Amino acid sequence: MEAGGMRLPLPFWAGGLAPGELYSLTGPSAAGPGLESQAGGGGPLTRTQNPMVTGTSVLGVKFDSGVIIAADMLGSYGSLARFRNISRIMKVNDNTVLGASGDYADFQYLKQVIDQMVIDEELLGDGHSYSPKAIHSWLTRAMYSRRSKMNPLWNTVVIGGFYNGESFLGYVDMLGVAYEDPTLATGYGAYLAQPLMREVLEKKPILTKDEARDLIERCMKILYYRDARSFNRYELAIVTEKGVEVEGPLSVETNWDIAHLIRGFE
Amino acid sequence: MDRDKLPPEPRGGFAFENCLRNEALAKAGGPQSFLPPKARKTGTTIAGLIYKDGVILGADTRATDDMVVADKNCEKIHFIAPNIYCCGAGVAADAEVTTQLLSSNMELHSLSTGRPPRVATACRFLKQMLFRYQGHIGASLILGGADSTGPHLYSVHPHGSTSKLPFTSMGSGAAAAIAVLEDRFKPDMELAEAQELLADAITAGVLSDLGSGSNVDLCVLTRGGAQTLRPFRTPIPRGQRQGRYRYRAGTTAVLSEAVAPLRLQLLDETVTGMDVD
Repeated sequence: MEAGGMRLPLPFWAGGLAPGELYSLTGPSAAGPGLESQAGGGGPLTRTQNPMVTGTSVLGVKFDSGVIIAADMLGSYGSLARFRNISRIMKVNDNTVLGASGDYADFQYLKQVIDQMVIDEELLGDGHSYSPKAIHSWLTRAMYSRRSKMNPLWNTVVIGGFYNGESFLGYVDMLGVAYEDPTLATGYGAYLAQPLMREVLEKKPILTKDEARDLIERCMKILYYRDARSFNRYELAIVTEKGVEVEGPLSVETNWDIAHLIRGFE
Repeated sequence: MDRDKLPPEPRGGFAFENCLRNEALAKAGGPQSFLPPKARKTGTTIAGLIYKDGVILGADTRATDDMVVADKNCEKIHFIAPNIYCCGAGVAADAEVTTQLLSSNMELHSLSTGRPPRVATACRFLKQMLFRYQGHIGASLILGGADSTGPHLYSVHPHGSTSKLPFTSMGSGAAAAIAVLEDRFKPDMELAEAQELLADAITAGVLSDLGSGSNVDLCVLTRGGAQTLRPFRTPIPRGQRQGRYRYRAGTTAVLSEAVAPLRLQLLDETVTGMDVD
Protein backbone atom coordinates (compact mmCIF):
# COMPACT_ATOMS: atom_id res chain seq x y z
CA MET A 1 0.00 0.00 0.00
CA GLU A 2 2.75 2.49 0.93
CA ALA A 3 5.58 3.36 -1.44
CA GLY A 4 8.15 3.04 1.33
CA GLY A 5 8.37 -0.75 1.11
CA MET A 6 6.46 -3.37 3.07
CA ARG A 7 7.57 -4.24 6.55
CA LEU A 8 6.95 -7.73 7.90
CA PRO A 9 4.22 -7.57 10.54
CA LEU A 10 5.55 -8.27 14.01
CA PRO A 11 4.24 -11.53 15.52
CA PHE A 12 1.98 -9.61 17.86
CA TRP A 13 0.26 -7.79 15.03
CA ALA A 14 0.26 -10.60 12.50
CA GLY A 15 -3.07 -11.66 11.07
CA GLY A 16 -4.57 -8.28 11.83
CA LEU A 17 -5.81 -5.47 9.65
CA ALA A 18 -3.90 -3.47 7.05
CA PRO A 19 -3.40 0.17 8.03
CA GLY A 20 -6.54 2.15 7.35
CA GLU A 21 -8.81 -0.87 7.31
CA LEU A 22 -11.82 -0.79 9.62
CA TYR A 23 -12.35 -3.47 12.22
CA SER A 24 -15.93 -4.69 12.00
CA LEU A 25 -17.39 -5.50 15.38
CA THR A 26 -20.40 -7.19 13.88
CA GLY A 27 -18.95 -8.71 10.72
CA PRO A 28 -17.69 -12.21 10.07
CA SER A 29 -14.56 -11.57 12.14
CA ALA A 30 -16.64 -11.09 15.29
CA ALA A 31 -16.87 -14.46 16.97
CA GLY A 32 -20.36 -15.58 17.87
CA PRO A 33 -21.05 -19.02 19.23
CA GLY A 34 -23.48 -20.90 17.08
CA LEU A 35 -24.35 -17.93 14.88
CA GLU A 36 -24.90 -18.57 11.22
CA SER A 37 -22.44 -16.47 9.34
CA GLN A 38 -20.99 -18.93 6.87
CA ALA A 39 -22.52 -16.98 4.00
CA GLY A 40 -19.46 -15.34 2.51
CA GLY A 41 -19.25 -11.60 2.20
CA GLY A 42 -22.01 -10.16 4.39
CA GLY A 43 -23.99 -12.87 6.06
CA PRO A 44 -27.21 -12.28 7.98
CA LEU A 45 -26.98 -9.40 10.45
CA THR A 46 -27.22 -10.91 13.88
CA ARG A 47 -27.01 -7.86 16.11
CA THR A 48 -28.73 -4.97 14.39
CA GLN A 49 -31.90 -4.29 16.23
CA ASN A 50 -35.06 -2.45 15.56
CA PRO A 51 -37.53 -1.84 18.34
CA MET A 52 -40.74 -3.84 17.87
CA VAL A 53 -43.31 -3.16 20.56
CA THR A 54 -42.50 0.28 21.88
CA GLY A 55 -43.52 2.58 24.69
CA THR A 56 -43.59 6.34 24.37
CA SER A 57 -42.53 9.03 26.85
CA VAL A 58 -41.80 8.61 30.53
CA LEU A 59 -41.95 11.69 32.75
CA GLY A 60 -40.24 12.29 36.08
CA VAL A 61 -40.38 15.18 38.56
CA LYS A 62 -38.69 15.68 41.93
CA PHE A 63 -40.57 17.28 44.79
CA ASP A 64 -39.61 18.20 48.34
CA SER A 65 -40.04 14.78 49.88
CA GLY A 66 -39.75 12.39 46.95
CA VAL A 67 -40.18 11.85 43.21
CA ILE A 68 -43.05 11.11 40.84
CA ILE A 69 -42.72 9.06 37.65
CA ALA A 70 -45.46 8.67 35.08
CA ALA A 71 -45.82 6.58 31.94
CA ASP A 72 -48.80 5.65 29.85
CA MET A 73 -49.91 2.07 29.47
CA LEU A 74 -49.60 1.63 25.73
CA GLY A 75 -47.37 -0.76 23.80
CA SER A 76 -47.37 0.38 20.17
CA TYR A 77 -46.53 -1.93 17.30
CA GLY A 78 -45.45 0.73 14.85
CA SER A 79 -48.56 2.79 14.36
CA LEU A 80 -50.86 0.11 15.80
CA ALA A 81 -51.99 0.64 19.38
CA ARG A 82 -51.49 -3.02 20.17
CA PHE A 83 -51.23 -3.54 23.90
CA ARG A 84 -53.30 -1.04 25.79
CA ASN A 85 -52.86 -2.20 29.36
CA ILE A 86 -49.18 -2.81 29.92
CA SER A 87 -47.18 -1.38 32.77
CA ARG A 88 -43.98 0.41 31.83
CA ILE A 89 -43.11 1.21 35.40
CA MET A 90 -41.48 -1.30 37.71
CA LYS A 91 -40.88 -1.16 41.42
CA VAL A 92 -37.27 -2.10 42.10
CA ASN A 93 -37.43 -2.01 45.88
CA ASP A 94 -39.02 0.11 48.59
CA ASN A 95 -37.05 3.17 47.67
CA THR A 96 -36.63 2.96 43.89
CA VAL A 97 -38.84 2.84 40.81
CA LEU A 98 -37.89 2.57 37.18
CA GLY A 99 -39.85 3.61 34.09
CA ALA A 100 -38.81 2.66 30.57
CA SER A 101 -39.65 3.81 27.07
CA GLY A 102 -38.53 2.10 23.89
CA ASP A 103 -38.60 -1.60 23.20
CA TYR A 104 -40.91 -3.43 25.59
CA ALA A 105 -39.19 -6.78 25.26
CA ASP A 106 -35.90 -5.25 26.34
CA PHE A 107 -37.70 -3.67 29.30
CA GLN A 108 -39.11 -7.06 30.28
CA TYR A 109 -35.63 -8.57 30.11
CA LEU A 110 -34.26 -5.72 32.21
CA LYS A 111 -37.07 -6.20 34.72
CA GLN A 112 -36.21 -9.86 35.02
CA VAL A 113 -32.53 -9.13 35.56
CA ILE A 114 -33.16 -6.39 38.12
CA ASP A 115 -35.75 -8.43 40.01
CA GLN A 116 -33.28 -11.28 40.32
CA MET A 117 -30.57 -8.85 41.48
CA VAL A 118 -32.89 -7.53 44.18
CA ILE A 119 -33.78 -11.05 45.31
CA ASP A 120 -30.13 -12.05 45.48
CA GLU A 121 -29.44 -9.02 47.58
CA GLU A 122 -32.28 -9.74 49.95
CA LEU A 123 -30.94 -13.24 50.38
CA LEU A 124 -27.71 -11.77 51.72
CA GLY A 125 -29.80 -10.63 54.66
CA ASP A 126 -27.47 -7.80 55.67
CA GLY A 127 -30.18 -5.17 55.92
CA HIS A 128 -28.88 -3.23 52.91
CA SER A 129 -30.92 -2.59 49.82
CA TYR A 130 -29.93 -1.06 46.51
CA SER A 131 -30.09 2.72 46.53
CA PRO A 132 -31.54 4.50 43.49
CA LYS A 133 -28.11 5.92 42.73
CA ALA A 134 -26.64 2.43 42.77
CA ILE A 135 -29.27 1.14 40.37
CA HIS A 136 -28.67 4.14 38.12
CA SER A 137 -24.95 3.62 38.17
CA TRP A 138 -25.23 -0.09 37.45
CA LEU A 139 -27.71 0.47 34.67
CA THR A 140 -25.49 3.09 33.05
CA ARG A 141 -22.61 0.62 32.92
CA ALA A 142 -24.86 -2.21 31.70
CA MET A 143 -26.44 -0.14 28.92
CA TYR A 144 -23.11 1.28 27.80
CA SER A 145 -21.56 -2.15 27.77
CA ARG A 146 -24.36 -3.48 25.58
CA ARG A 147 -24.07 -0.56 23.16
CA SER A 148 -20.32 -1.08 22.95
CA LYS A 149 -20.98 -4.63 21.82
CA MET A 150 -23.31 -3.20 19.17
CA ASN A 151 -26.24 -4.98 20.78
CA PRO A 152 -28.08 -2.34 22.80
CA LEU A 153 -31.08 -2.59 25.03
CA TRP A 154 -33.33 -0.31 23.06
CA ASN A 155 -34.68 1.63 26.01
CA THR A 156 -34.57 5.03 27.60
CA VAL A 157 -34.94 4.56 31.33
CA VAL A 158 -35.93 6.95 34.11
CA ILE A 159 -34.96 5.94 37.64
CA GLY A 160 -36.59 7.65 40.58
CA GLY A 161 -36.15 7.11 44.26
CA PHE A 162 -35.87 8.45 47.77
CA TYR A 163 -32.93 7.32 49.87
CA ASN A 164 -31.31 8.74 52.98
CA GLY A 165 -33.64 11.73 53.02
CA GLU A 166 -32.79 12.78 49.47
CA SER A 167 -34.79 12.37 46.29
CA PHE A 168 -33.10 11.01 43.20
CA LEU A 169 -34.08 11.23 39.56
CA GLY A 170 -31.80 9.81 36.86
CA TYR A 171 -31.86 9.07 33.16
CA VAL A 172 -30.08 6.37 31.15
CA ASP A 173 -30.57 5.73 27.47
CA MET A 174 -29.58 3.00 25.05
CA LEU A 175 -26.27 4.68 24.23
CA GLY A 176 -25.29 4.79 27.87
CA VAL A 177 -25.90 8.55 28.15
CA ALA A 178 -26.74 9.15 31.79
CA TYR A 179 -27.50 12.17 33.90
CA GLU A 180 -29.60 13.44 36.78
CA ASP A 181 -32.02 16.35 36.71
CA PRO A 182 -34.96 17.65 38.77
CA THR A 183 -37.22 17.06 35.74
CA LEU A 184 -36.89 14.35 33.13
CA ALA A 185 -38.80 13.31 30.05
CA THR A 186 -38.01 10.70 27.42
CA GLY A 187 -39.12 10.49 23.82
CA TYR A 188 -41.61 13.09 22.68
CA GLY A 189 -41.97 14.24 26.26
CA ALA A 190 -38.58 15.91 25.91
CA TYR A 191 -39.98 18.21 23.24
CA LEU A 192 -43.50 18.71 24.58
CA ALA A 193 -43.42 18.26 28.35
CA GLN A 194 -39.87 19.27 29.34
CA PRO A 195 -40.34 23.01 28.45
CA LEU A 196 -43.43 23.13 30.68
CA MET A 197 -41.76 21.29 33.53
CA ARG A 198 -38.70 23.53 33.36
CA GLU A 199 -40.85 26.65 33.32
CA VAL A 200 -42.64 25.61 36.52
CA LEU A 201 -39.43 24.67 38.29
CA GLU A 202 -37.74 27.89 37.29
CA LYS A 203 -40.42 29.84 39.12
CA LYS A 204 -40.49 27.47 42.11
CA PRO A 205 -37.45 25.18 42.39
CA ILE A 206 -38.90 23.02 45.18
CA LEU A 207 -42.42 21.75 44.60
CA THR A 208 -44.85 20.15 47.00
CA LYS A 209 -46.23 16.71 46.23
CA ASP A 210 -49.55 18.12 45.02
CA GLU A 211 -47.86 20.67 42.78
CA ALA A 212 -45.62 17.99 41.29
CA ARG A 213 -48.58 15.72 40.69
CA ASP A 214 -50.51 18.55 39.10
CA LEU A 215 -47.58 19.32 36.79
CA ILE A 216 -47.31 15.69 35.73
CA GLU A 217 -51.03 15.53 34.99
CA ARG A 218 -50.88 18.69 32.86
CA CYS A 219 -47.96 17.22 30.94
CA MET A 220 -49.68 13.85 30.41
CA LYS A 221 -52.68 15.73 29.03
CA ILE A 222 -50.58 17.63 26.52
CA LEU A 223 -48.76 14.47 25.52
CA TYR A 224 -52.08 12.79 24.88
CA TYR A 225 -53.16 15.75 22.72
CA ARG A 226 -49.98 16.00 20.68
CA ASP A 227 -48.08 12.68 20.72
CA ALA A 228 -49.52 10.42 18.06
CA ARG A 229 -48.30 7.26 19.87
CA SER A 230 -49.74 8.04 23.28
CA PHE A 231 -52.81 6.75 25.08
CA ASN A 232 -55.20 8.11 27.65
CA ARG A 233 -54.42 5.61 30.35
CA TYR A 234 -51.35 6.03 32.50
CA GLU A 235 -49.70 4.98 35.70
CA LEU A 236 -48.13 7.16 38.34
CA ALA A 237 -45.42 6.01 40.76
CA ILE A 238 -44.73 8.16 43.82
CA VAL A 239 -41.69 7.41 45.94
CA THR A 240 -41.42 9.00 49.36
CA GLU A 241 -39.90 8.15 52.68
CA LYS A 242 -42.90 5.93 53.32
CA GLY A 243 -42.14 3.80 50.28
CA VAL A 244 -43.41 3.26 46.76
CA GLU A 245 -46.99 3.89 45.72
CA VAL A 246 -47.99 2.94 42.16
CA GLU A 247 -51.31 4.47 41.17
CA GLY A 248 -53.15 3.49 38.07
CA PRO A 249 -54.73 3.25 35.66
CA LEU A 250 -55.51 6.97 35.56
CA SER A 251 -56.91 9.09 32.72
CA VAL A 252 -56.63 12.76 31.81
CA GLU A 253 -59.63 15.01 31.38
CA THR A 254 -59.60 16.18 27.78
CA ASN A 255 -61.21 19.37 26.58
CA TRP A 256 -62.39 19.47 22.97
CA ASP A 257 -64.20 22.81 23.09
CA ILE A 258 -61.96 24.32 20.43
CA ALA A 259 -63.23 21.70 17.99
CA HIS A 260 -66.15 24.03 17.23
CA LEU A 261 -63.73 26.70 16.08
CA ILE A 262 -62.18 24.47 13.43
CA ARG A 263 -64.02 23.88 10.21
CA GLY A 264 -62.37 23.09 6.89
CA PHE A 265 -58.81 23.95 6.09
CA GLU A 266 -59.05 27.41 4.56
CA MET B 1 -33.35 42.05 -27.75
CA ASP B 2 -34.30 39.51 -30.33
CA ARG B 3 -37.64 37.98 -29.41
CA ASP B 4 -36.65 34.60 -30.76
CA LYS B 5 -33.73 34.40 -28.39
CA LEU B 6 -35.86 34.84 -25.26
CA PRO B 7 -36.43 31.70 -23.18
CA PRO B 8 -39.80 30.07 -23.91
CA GLU B 9 -42.72 31.07 -21.67
CA PRO B 10 -43.29 28.50 -18.91
CA ARG B 11 -46.21 26.27 -19.80
CA GLY B 12 -47.43 26.11 -16.24
CA GLY B 13 -46.58 23.65 -13.49
CA PHE B 14 -43.06 23.01 -12.31
CA ALA B 15 -40.26 21.83 -14.61
CA PHE B 16 -38.49 18.97 -12.90
CA GLU B 17 -35.51 18.57 -15.23
CA ASN B 18 -33.24 20.46 -12.89
CA CYS B 19 -34.30 18.30 -9.94
CA LEU B 20 -33.25 15.15 -11.81
CA ARG B 21 -30.00 16.79 -12.78
CA ASN B 22 -29.35 17.88 -9.18
CA GLU B 23 -29.95 14.39 -7.88
CA ALA B 24 -27.63 12.92 -10.50
CA LEU B 25 -24.94 15.46 -9.63
CA ALA B 26 -25.21 14.77 -5.93
CA LYS B 27 -25.10 11.00 -6.39
CA ALA B 28 -22.23 10.72 -8.87
CA GLY B 29 -19.17 10.01 -6.80
CA GLY B 30 -15.65 11.30 -7.28
CA PRO B 31 -14.85 14.61 -8.94
CA GLN B 32 -18.21 14.65 -10.71
CA SER B 33 -20.30 14.83 -7.54
CA PHE B 34 -21.53 18.25 -6.61
CA LEU B 35 -23.79 19.00 -3.70
CA PRO B 36 -25.83 22.16 -3.82
CA PRO B 37 -25.06 24.64 -1.01
CA LYS B 38 -26.95 23.87 2.16
CA ALA B 39 -29.92 26.21 2.48
CA ARG B 40 -29.82 28.40 5.57
CA LYS B 41 -32.80 27.59 7.74
CA THR B 42 -34.16 29.96 10.28
CA GLY B 43 -34.48 27.31 13.04
CA THR B 44 -37.44 29.04 14.48
CA THR B 45 -40.27 29.20 16.90
CA ILE B 46 -43.30 30.93 15.41
CA ALA B 47 -46.82 30.85 16.77
CA GLY B 48 -50.15 32.58 16.48
CA LEU B 49 -53.49 32.66 18.21
CA ILE B 50 -56.91 34.21 17.83
CA TYR B 51 -58.17 36.23 20.77
CA LYS B 52 -61.27 38.27 21.45
CA ASP B 53 -60.57 41.22 19.13
CA GLY B 54 -58.28 39.70 16.51
CA VAL B 55 -55.10 37.75 15.90
CA ILE B 56 -51.71 37.86 17.58
CA LEU B 57 -48.62 36.52 15.80
CA GLY B 58 -45.34 35.81 17.59
CA ALA B 59 -41.82 34.79 16.59
CA ASP B 60 -38.32 34.49 17.98
CA THR B 61 -35.44 36.38 16.35
CA ARG B 62 -32.61 33.91 15.77
CA ALA B 63 -31.43 32.82 12.31
CA THR B 64 -29.07 29.83 12.25
CA ASP B 65 -26.59 28.57 9.68
CA ASP B 66 -26.33 24.93 10.77
CA MET B 67 -24.90 25.32 14.27
CA VAL B 68 -23.89 28.99 14.08
CA VAL B 69 -26.17 31.91 14.80
CA ALA B 70 -26.16 33.90 11.59
CA ASP B 71 -28.43 36.71 12.78
CA LYS B 72 -29.15 37.51 16.43
CA ASN B 73 -32.10 39.76 15.76
CA CYS B 74 -33.77 39.01 12.45
CA GLU B 75 -37.37 39.87 11.72
CA LYS B 76 -39.59 36.87 11.12
CA ILE B 77 -42.98 38.58 11.11
CA HIS B 78 -43.38 39.87 7.57
CA PHE B 79 -45.73 42.55 6.32
CA ILE B 80 -48.23 41.34 3.77
CA ALA B 81 -50.91 44.00 3.91
CA PRO B 82 -51.80 46.65 6.50
CA ASN B 83 -54.16 44.13 8.09
CA ILE B 84 -52.31 40.89 7.26
CA TYR B 85 -48.93 39.69 8.53
CA CYS B 86 -47.09 36.41 8.05
CA CYS B 87 -44.53 34.60 10.22
CA GLY B 88 -41.99 32.55 8.29
CA ALA B 89 -40.02 29.45 9.26
CA GLY B 90 -38.01 26.94 7.25
CA VAL B 91 -35.50 28.11 4.67
CA ALA B 92 -34.83 31.81 5.34
CA ALA B 93 -34.62 32.94 1.72
CA ASP B 94 -37.72 30.98 0.73
CA ALA B 95 -39.79 32.46 3.55
CA GLU B 96 -38.56 35.99 2.81
CA VAL B 97 -39.09 35.93 -0.94
CA THR B 98 -42.41 34.11 -0.72
CA THR B 99 -43.81 36.67 1.69
CA GLN B 100 -42.54 39.55 -0.43
CA LEU B 101 -44.14 38.06 -3.52
CA LEU B 102 -47.34 37.55 -1.56
CA SER B 103 -47.30 41.12 -0.32
CA SER B 104 -46.88 42.66 -3.75
CA ASN B 105 -49.50 40.42 -5.31
CA MET B 106 -51.94 41.16 -2.51
CA GLU B 107 -51.51 44.89 -3.12
CA LEU B 108 -52.10 44.49 -6.84
CA HIS B 109 -55.15 42.36 -6.19
CA SER B 110 -56.49 44.82 -3.66
CA LEU B 111 -56.10 47.67 -6.16
CA SER B 112 -57.80 45.59 -8.79
CA THR B 113 -60.78 44.67 -6.62
CA GLY B 114 -60.96 48.04 -4.92
CA ARG B 115 -61.37 46.31 -1.57
CA PRO B 116 -59.07 45.77 1.40
CA PRO B 117 -57.32 42.39 1.09
CA ARG B 118 -58.63 39.27 2.79
CA VAL B 119 -56.59 36.68 4.62
CA ALA B 120 -58.24 33.82 2.72
CA THR B 121 -56.97 35.34 -0.53
CA ALA B 122 -53.42 35.39 0.81
CA CYS B 123 -53.80 31.80 1.94
CA ARG B 124 -55.05 30.70 -1.46
CA PHE B 125 -52.19 32.45 -3.22
CA LEU B 126 -49.60 30.85 -0.94
CA LYS B 127 -50.89 27.33 -1.26
CA GLN B 128 -51.26 27.53 -5.04
CA MET B 129 -47.69 28.72 -5.40
CA LEU B 130 -46.15 26.30 -2.89
CA PHE B 131 -47.99 23.31 -4.31
CA ARG B 132 -46.82 24.23 -7.76
CA TYR B 133 -43.23 23.99 -6.49
CA GLN B 134 -43.91 20.61 -4.87
CA GLY B 135 -42.22 21.41 -1.56
CA HIS B 136 -38.94 22.59 -3.09
CA ILE B 137 -39.68 26.03 -1.67
CA GLY B 138 -39.05 25.32 1.99
CA ALA B 139 -41.31 27.94 3.51
CA SER B 140 -43.46 27.09 6.56
CA LEU B 141 -45.69 30.04 7.26
CA ILE B 142 -48.21 31.20 9.81
CA LEU B 143 -50.52 33.68 8.13
CA GLY B 144 -52.77 35.85 10.23
CA GLY B 145 -54.89 38.92 9.82
CA ALA B 146 -58.16 40.67 10.50
CA ASP B 147 -60.31 41.56 7.53
CA SER B 148 -63.93 42.45 6.86
CA THR B 149 -65.00 38.88 7.63
CA GLY B 150 -63.23 38.75 10.99
CA PRO B 151 -59.89 37.48 12.36
CA HIS B 152 -58.30 34.47 10.65
CA LEU B 153 -55.22 32.35 11.33
CA TYR B 154 -53.74 29.84 8.88
CA SER B 155 -50.71 27.58 8.97
CA VAL B 156 -49.18 26.85 5.57
CA HIS B 157 -46.71 24.01 4.96
CA PRO B 158 -44.00 23.83 2.27
CA HIS B 159 -45.93 21.35 0.14
CA GLY B 160 -48.94 23.59 0.01
CA SER B 161 -51.31 22.24 2.67
CA THR B 162 -53.11 24.74 4.86
CA SER B 163 -54.97 24.52 8.16
CA LYS B 164 -57.32 27.07 9.60
CA LEU B 165 -56.83 26.99 13.37
CA PRO B 166 -57.53 28.95 16.55
CA PHE B 167 -53.88 28.58 17.58
CA THR B 168 -50.82 27.04 15.97
CA SER B 169 -47.04 26.95 16.00
CA MET B 170 -44.32 26.03 13.49
CA GLY B 171 -40.58 25.77 13.21
CA SER B 172 -38.05 23.73 15.16
CA GLY B 173 -39.44 25.04 18.45
CA ALA B 174 -43.03 24.23 17.52
CA ALA B 175 -43.36 21.41 20.06
CA ALA B 176 -42.35 23.62 22.98
CA ALA B 177 -44.66 26.42 21.87
CA ILE B 178 -47.66 24.19 21.19
CA ALA B 179 -47.30 22.60 24.63
CA VAL B 180 -47.73 26.02 26.27
CA LEU B 181 -50.60 26.92 23.95
CA GLU B 182 -52.42 23.62 24.55
CA ASP B 183 -52.04 24.11 28.27
CA ARG B 184 -53.49 27.60 28.55
CA PHE B 185 -55.44 28.54 25.43
CA LYS B 186 -59.06 29.57 25.86
CA PRO B 187 -61.33 31.03 23.19
CA ASP B 188 -62.01 34.80 23.40
CA MET B 189 -59.15 35.80 25.68
CA GLU B 190 -58.43 39.42 26.54
CA LEU B 191 -55.51 41.19 24.87
CA ALA B 192 -53.15 41.23 27.86
CA GLU B 193 -53.68 37.56 28.68
CA ALA B 194 -53.36 36.54 25.04
CA GLN B 195 -50.12 38.50 24.60
CA GLU B 196 -48.65 36.92 27.73
CA LEU B 197 -49.65 33.43 26.58
CA LEU B 198 -48.16 33.84 23.13
CA ALA B 199 -44.99 35.41 24.52
CA ASP B 200 -44.71 32.47 26.95
CA ALA B 201 -45.15 30.04 24.06
CA ILE B 202 -42.34 31.66 22.07
CA THR B 203 -40.21 31.90 25.21
CA ALA B 204 -40.61 28.14 25.73
CA GLY B 205 -39.21 27.66 22.24
CA VAL B 206 -36.41 30.16 22.85
CA LEU B 207 -35.33 28.42 26.05
CA SER B 208 -35.79 24.78 25.07
CA ASP B 209 -34.91 24.76 21.36
CA LEU B 210 -31.37 25.40 20.19
CA GLY B 211 -32.54 26.68 16.83
CA SER B 212 -34.51 29.49 18.46
CA GLY B 213 -33.26 32.29 20.61
CA SER B 214 -32.81 35.98 21.39
CA ASN B 215 -36.00 38.01 21.64
CA VAL B 216 -39.74 37.55 21.29
CA ASP B 217 -41.50 39.68 18.67
CA LEU B 218 -45.26 40.06 18.63
CA CYS B 219 -47.72 41.54 16.14
CA VAL B 220 -51.29 42.30 17.16
CA LEU B 221 -53.80 42.49 14.29
CA THR B 222 -57.27 43.88 14.80
CA ARG B 223 -59.95 45.57 12.71
CA GLY B 224 -58.23 48.84 13.56
CA GLY B 225 -54.90 47.78 12.06
CA ALA B 226 -51.64 46.17 13.04
CA GLN B 227 -49.32 46.89 15.93
CA THR B 228 -45.83 45.39 15.81
CA LEU B 229 -44.10 44.98 19.15
CA ARG B 230 -40.45 44.36 18.40
CA PRO B 231 -39.13 43.24 20.81
CA PHE B 232 -41.98 42.35 23.12
CA ARG B 233 -39.80 40.46 25.55
CA THR B 234 -36.11 39.78 26.00
CA PRO B 235 -35.94 36.56 28.05
CA ILE B 236 -32.18 36.25 27.62
CA PRO B 237 -30.61 39.26 29.33
CA ARG B 238 -27.25 40.31 27.99
CA GLY B 239 -24.43 39.24 30.29
CA GLN B 240 -22.68 41.91 32.31
CA ARG B 241 -19.00 42.33 31.65
CA GLN B 242 -17.18 41.41 34.82
CA GLY B 243 -13.89 43.23 34.27
CA ARG B 244 -12.02 45.48 31.87
CA TYR B 245 -8.85 44.83 29.95
CA ARG B 246 -8.18 48.49 29.35
CA TYR B 247 -6.06 50.23 31.93
CA ARG B 248 -7.47 53.37 33.44
CA ALA B 249 -5.92 56.62 32.30
CA GLY B 250 -3.22 57.50 34.82
CA THR B 251 -2.19 53.89 35.59
CA THR B 252 1.29 54.60 34.33
CA ALA B 253 2.74 57.64 36.05
CA VAL B 254 4.22 60.22 33.67
CA LEU B 255 7.52 61.48 35.08
CA SER B 256 8.50 63.96 32.38
CA GLU B 257 7.25 65.09 29.05
CA ALA B 258 9.24 66.49 26.10
CA VAL B 259 7.53 67.72 22.95
CA ALA B 260 9.56 68.21 19.75
CA PRO B 261 7.57 69.59 16.82
CA LEU B 262 8.31 68.10 13.42
CA ARG B 263 9.58 70.93 11.24
CA LEU B 264 8.16 70.62 7.71
CA GLN B 265 8.70 72.85 4.71
CA LEU B 266 6.14 73.13 1.91
CA LEU B 267 8.11 72.58 -1.28
CA ASP B 268 5.57 72.13 -4.08
CA GLU B 269 1.78 72.30 -4.46
CA THR B 270 -0.19 70.91 -7.38
CA VAL B 271 -3.96 70.81 -7.78
CA THR B 272 -5.60 68.26 -10.13
CA GLY B 273 -9.31 68.36 -10.80
CA MET B 274 -11.24 65.05 -10.34
CA ASP B 275 -12.78 63.78 -13.53
CA VAL B 276 -16.50 63.52 -12.73
CA ASP B 277 -18.60 62.49 -15.67
